Parts: sequence; C-alpha cells; structure tokens
Amino acid sequence: MLLSPTLLVLGLVVLFPIISALRESLFTSGTKLDENGFIVKGSTFVGLDNYLDIFKGDTGDRFWNAFYNTTFFTVVCVVLETVLGVAMALIMHKAFKGRGIVRASILVPWAIPTVVSALLWKWIFQADGIANQLIGTQVLWSTEGWQSKMSVIIADTWKTAPFIGLLVLAGLQTIPAEVYEAAKVDGASVWKTFTRITLPLVKPALLVAVLFRILDTLRIFDLPFVLVGPHKDSVETLSMLAYDEAFNTRYGPAAAYATVLFIYVAVVAYAFVKILGADVIGEARARKPGGGGGGKRWRKKNAAKGSTDTSVGAVAVGGGGR
Amino acid sequence: MAAVAPQPAEAGPLRRWAPLAGVALIVIYCLAPFYWMVVSALRRPSDQFSNEIIPSPISIQNFKDVFAGSNGFGRGLLNSLIVAGTVTILTLIIGMVAAYTLARLDFKFKNVVLAIIITTSMFPGISLVIPLLKLFIDIKWINTYQAMIVPSLSFALPLAVWNLTSFFRQMPQELEQAAMVDGCTPAQAFRKVIIPLAAPGVFTTAIITFIAAWNEFLIALSMTNKKSIQTANVIISQFTGTTGRDQPFGSQMAAGVVVTIPLVIAVLLFQRRIVAGLTAGGVK
Repeated sequence: MLLSPTLLVLGLVVLFPIISALRESLFTSGTKLDENGFIVKGSTFVGLDNYLDIFKGDTGDRFWNAFYNTTFFTVVCVVLETVLGVAMALIMHKAFKGRGIVRASILVPWAIPTVVSALLWKWIFQADGIANQLIGTQVLWSTEGWQSKMSVIIADTWKTAPFIGLLVLAGLQTIPAEVYEAAKVDGASVWKTFTRITLPLVKPALLVAVLFRILDTLRIFDLPFVLVGPHKDSVETLSMLAYDEAFNTRYGPAAAYATVLFIYVAVVAYAFVKILGADVIGEARARKPGGGGGGKRWRKKNAAKGSTDTSVGAVAVGGGGR
Repeated sequence: MAAVAPQPAEAGPLRRWAPLAGVALIVIYCLAPFYWMVVSALRRPSDQFSNEIIPSPISIQNFKDVFAGSNGFGRGLLNSLIVAGTVTILTLIIGMVAAYTLARLDFKFKNVVLAIIITTSMFPGISLVIPLLKLFIDIKWINTYQAMIVPSLSFALPLAVWNLTSFFRQMPQELEQAAMVDGCTPAQAFRKVIIPLAAPGVFTTAIITFIAAWNEFLIALSMTNKKSIQTANVIISQFTGTTGRDQPFGSQMAAGVVVTIPLVIAVLLFQRRIVAGLTAGGVK
C-alpha cells in the first residue's frame, strides 16, 4: 500500500520509542549487586519503582516543581498568547494598508530558531541590558525566582502570539461580510458583534491554534534550557527534568518522567478535544458528515449560521520544545 | 481568501488611523527584539554593553570572531544544512506518496490514518528522544547525521503529509482522469501531471519543513557530544567565544543573525506561500 512508507517511518520514530520508553521505564540501569553478592551489569527489572520514586522524597519535590512549572507556563503563556493573538488578528483584519509588511513581520519571530530567540532574550534581560534600562530598574532576570519565570513567559509570548494571530486571521477571512452587515442593520454594538459573531465563527480556527499551543508549551524545553539554564528550580519543566536524567544516563527514571509527560499531554489533549470540541481533523471528517468525535457540535452550530467549516492544520510548526 | 470586512466609506479619522497605528504596533512588537539582535551584533566587542539604539561605529568584528574562532560555527552551519536538507528531502519523498493516497483514494479507516499521522506530531519530543538515544548508543549512531535526521522525521513527516494532503485535495481529480484516458498509468499520471502541477504546494511544504528542521534543538543536543557534528543551534547555545569571556553575547548575537538571516529572507520572499502552508485547510 502507498501509505506504508509513511506509516513505517512513523512507527519507527514514534511508535517504537513510545513502546520502548514504556518498557525502559520499568527497568533500572547501572551496576548492582545481586543476592549472592555478584555484580550485575546492565538493566534490572524494577517494576513500577521508577514511577513510585517520582512522587517520593527529594525526587518527588523536584517532580512536582517541574510539573507545576510546566502547567504554570502552559496556562499563562497560552492565555496571554491567545488574547494578544486575537487582538493582532482583529487589527490585521481591519487594516488594508501594510498587510504584506505585517504578514512578513509576524513570521519573523516564528522563523527565528527558539534557541536563538532564547539567547536574544537572555541578552535583552542582561543585568545592564536594554530591558532594565527601559523600565529603569535593576531586575536580575535570568537568575532564580519569579523574574526568570517572567522572562520565559515574555520570550514565549513574543515568539508565538503573532503566530496565533496569523491563524485566527485566516479564520476571520472566511467569515462572509454579509454577516457583519446584517449585524449592523440590527444595530449591534461593536462588543456585541465581537462576542456574538466574530468569536463563535472564528472559534474552530482558534481552538485548534490554542490546542496546538497548549501541546507545544507542555513540552517546552529549548527556551528555559537556554534562556535561564538547566537545574534552575524556578523554570525546570518536565522535558528538562527527563532530559537531565537521561543526560546522567539514568535511562529508567528518565523514561518514567517522559512517560508521565506523555500521559499528561495525552490527557490534556483528549480533555480539550472532548470539552471544547477542537476540530483537529475537521477537514477529513467534513467529507463524512457525523463522522465521530468532538468537532461535531461546533460544525452543526456553524452550519446553521451558514458559515464555512474552518479547521486549521499544520500548526505544530510553532517550534516549541520539541 | 474570502472578502474582507466592510469598511464604511465615511469612516472618521479615528477609525481610519486606529488600524494603521495597530499595524505599526504589531510590526514593532515583532521586529524590535530582532532589531536589537542585529544592532548588538554590529557593535564593537568593546562597546558590547552600550545600549545606544544605533551602534557607532558599526563593526563586523563580532561576525569575524564567530567564524574565526575555535568554536566550529562554520562547521555547525554546514551540519545544520546537511541535517535540515536531508530531513526535508526525505520528508517530501515519503510524504508526497502518502498525501496523494490520502487525498485521492478512498479506503476504510482513511480518517483514522490521517488522525494517527497528525497525532504523532503532538508527542513530546523528549519521550521519543530518550529511548532512541539508548538505541543509538547501542548501535553506535551517536555523533552521526542519521541519529539527528531519523528522529526529526517524527515531527517533519506528519507536518508535510498534512500540508500536502490539503494541497492535493485542491487539485481537480479530472486531471489524472484525463491523463489516464490518454493512456497514462496511475503512477505516470501522478509523476507527469500531478507533481508538476503540485510544485507550488510541494515547494511551500519544503520551506516550512526546512525551517522546522533547521530550528530543531532537542534532538541535535541529545544525539551529539562532538563539536564537529553538532548543528549551528547547539553550537551557539554552547558558545564560549574566541577570547573566552564568560558571556560572549556579541558573538552569540552575530551567530544568531547568521543563523536567522536565511530564514528571514525566505520569509520575506515567500510570505504568501508560507502563510498559505501554515493555514493549510483553514481556507476552503
């Protein structure tokens, strides 16, 4: 079959690692003594010990801290990016002049490698850097504490809010002008028009953009790793924790952390799709009306309003922590 | 793209100027940090901590340092090019066949397959990297190009399949049918009719895939520990500078500019295509 090359490759680079991570997470490596006092090299089966260790004692504190940071970054960044992104999309939608310039410039933060933008913000946030000069204070940004969290949030928002704006703009452009004319005739206020017409109609595009941003931020790695650095409590995320364990050749615990992150991401994605009905594969399903899943409700609502079905794909290029 | 929102002809000065001011704000928001990187790179190393908006005098010393030093940045650029280029080519070859199949043929579980492909791009990179790292250590792949290229397919391939599928779908099916009536086999119809016509979509996908692969960090960081094989991103993040100053920000900014400029040029040249690719499926 023609799909087999793709599925084979994905099986090799996605399915195989996931399964071997699950297996790996049940083992511990390193040198140990067996019950007769012989040295056992290589991995030993430890069952769920790696998972239990995650939640206990010092490693437990480290895990919960990383878990909290990951969640905190995800919630704050995605909320900020969504608000800013929607605002940007509305402005771009209104403006006729300078569209080309705007489009090119909002792609610039997206195109800059995350590592480079992390270094760029590290430079901006230097003790005697431009950020401190502009706000006239002496905040030590890239040290421990709330300010290093802030610096990560600012840098992430800068990089991806324009991107959400771009996707929402694409959604806005599918809304027919007549809908707005009708609202105007009915005497709807600007705010009402926005909350009752624009938001519901742009929701499918927005939800998909937000979902992909959530998944991207949950696995955030490059930005805190380069901007603030490894082993910093205030910005250590689950990806960084897992990387650190693997870097110290503790593959069993590393795989356990990675698996926990994987489950966390899967649960969040599933909940998001179920509760809000993000239409990730909408285009595929649109051909088969009523064909499964979460996107159904919105589609029906939109169909009733006579809008076009909007779903946005290929958002995963946000370039976050992968 | 569909019609834009109505703009009343009798718009007052506020309504006319507010969007323009907003546009200016967005452009500044997006470009100011980038501008700061460029001007910081153009300062003399001795003026590094000056916060003047325009560097004076302008100096390219930082750029010289980046390439002259023992940090292997030039080599890193070449490695980045090899890795990202190979990932792009492999992805296009494999992805095009899959995308065409998904766009044209009808079979059971098609939506399931598409859903699985798009889902695979959502897995956290670290969960894939750790087992692959162990595997690659066993088969002695650490510090090889393939150790960076193969895992990169995990995000590049779903992305390309998704993009290409929507491009292929936009092309009328009659094209191949006509070719087949004229005596082409399905494979010939695909090769001689579809691929040339899909070239713009394929090109768009190539740019986006290349940018994503060029920006990759976690895989390249995990799979290498030798400078001569590391990509530019990894090398920049571990810069110590030529003179061994502990914060070689000048050369880091210069290296950042060098890594970023090709992408910025691509973005400026192909912005329409890139936007079309990123919002693939968004506008029908």
